[in-house]
Amino acid sequence: MNEKQLKERARRHHPKVPYLRHALTAFVSGGLVGVLGQGLLVMYQSVFRMQESDALTMMSVSVMGVAALATAFGWYDKLAQKCGAGLFVPICGFANSLTASALEGKSEGLIHGIGSGMFKLAGTVITYGVVAAVIFGSLRYLLFEGGIV
Amino acid sequence: MRSMRFERVFVRASAACVGPMEGAGPLGKHFDHVSADLYDGEDSFEKAEIAWVKRACDRTLRKAGMVPSQLEGAIGGDLMNQLLATHYFARSLSAPFIGVYAACATSSLAMGMAALCIEQQQTRNMLVVTSSHNATAERQYRFPNEYGVQKKETTTTTVSAGTGVLLSDARTQIQVSGCTLGRIIDWHFSDASDMGTAMAPAAFDTLMRHLSLTKTSLSDYDQILTGDLSAAGFALFKDLLKQQGYASLEMLDDCGLLIYDRSRQPVFCGGSGSACAMCVTIAHVFEQMRTGQLDRVLVIATGALLSPVATFQKQSIPCIAHAIEYRRREA
Repeated sequence: MNEKQLKERARRHHPKVPYLRHALTAFVSGGLVGVLGQGLLVMYQSVFRMQESDALTMMSVSVMGVAALATAFGWYDKLAQKCGAGLFVPICGFANSLTASALEGKSEGLIHGIGSGMFKLAGTVITYGVVAAVIFGSLRYLLFEGGIV
Repeated sequence: MRSMRFERVFVRASAACVGPMEGAGPLGKHFDHVSADLYDGEDSFEKAEIAWVKRACDRTLRKAGMVPSQLEGAIGGDLMNQLLATHYFARSLSAPFIGVYAACATSSLAMGMAALCIEQQQTRNMLVVTSSHNATAERQYRFPNEYGVQKKETTTTTVSAGTGVLLSDARTQIQVSGCTLGRIIDWHFSDASDMGTAMAPAAFDTLMRHLSLTKTSLSDYDQILTGDLSAAGFALFKDLLKQQGYASLEMLDDCGLLIYDRSRQPVFCGGSGSACAMCVTIAHVFEQMRTGQLDRVLVIATGALLSPVATFQKQSIPCIAHAIEYRRREA
């Protein structure tokens, strides 16, 4: 049996991946996170009479806070297993990656554990976030402020 | 290399201390101790794993009616870097110690090496310890435990347990009668969340070599257990055997599929980990051999020898499987 045949045989025994169900749960759960965010935004604006920019920041912080708490209680990973990208892509996924890494580092202490471990997963998001910000910021400056467009 | 044959190696006592998920599984009542959670009263997962090995060793020696100073040698391994659990446990032993690593095939490798020492009359007894811990393995090989990433269907769940087996030259009902060491097999599978499929060809290779070296056939064994091939890998393993012309495969089973009930436990494709094969050997094989339900059993523990660094460098997974043969004797 050659490698191709073996891999073909191996594929036959793989459990079926429910792509459609995954896509639907991700769509619905991601949407619900969005609804939660929008609800918070409206609440901050109408009940607390915040400016829209302040309310936006507060909304992000609140969603992250909830995600961090859910991570600490051990709920987030169980939910994320069901919801997939629905909880992975929104900002709550970023909060979860920070909290999960921090929790994991707790046993190695404040410096070597929590301090350095916290950005183990989120570090890559921050790095490429900064890189993207520099590139697109420069482009925007050159194109719009520089008078090219 | 030949298949090693042993005449004077017997299982004197054994114990398995497991975590809550394993305790809730089908073999739950056969384990010596079931912890309420993954911390087992310690303040880190690593310390909990050490505590399990310690407890398993303690229970084993008690069953054998021995004190630690009577122990002449010990061998063991786990999944963590520098064999953390095993070596830190071994601080409390005064006997010469060997640490071995073969990922999830560690149990069979350690068993084979210990049996060899006794067969060669270099020692009268030898303690074999293996352990794995779901949370420490997740940390080492995958992501932080609470990280919300969707795991693939083919993922396996690392068994949380510490196990101890005391081998000695004093005759008992269970004899360790042989060991066939495996070769490294790599069919260029590189998906670290589907190690069962990657390991199936290794298990197949070791089984074929064992059968031809010992001039036996599948029907000579009451049960042939693979270590942790997962549902997907085990199906491939059986398929490979069918291709080879073996029709009746009812004596085959997989330790990772025996330790959990996949229909009611969220374990994905089955159990894995260096304690997986050993837990099932202790709680299922040894128990049934003592009661006379099994006479001759082959345990092929399978190991995916991947390193996270090499995986990131897009290398495929080298796999190995070591076979240990147990026979029932009149004590």
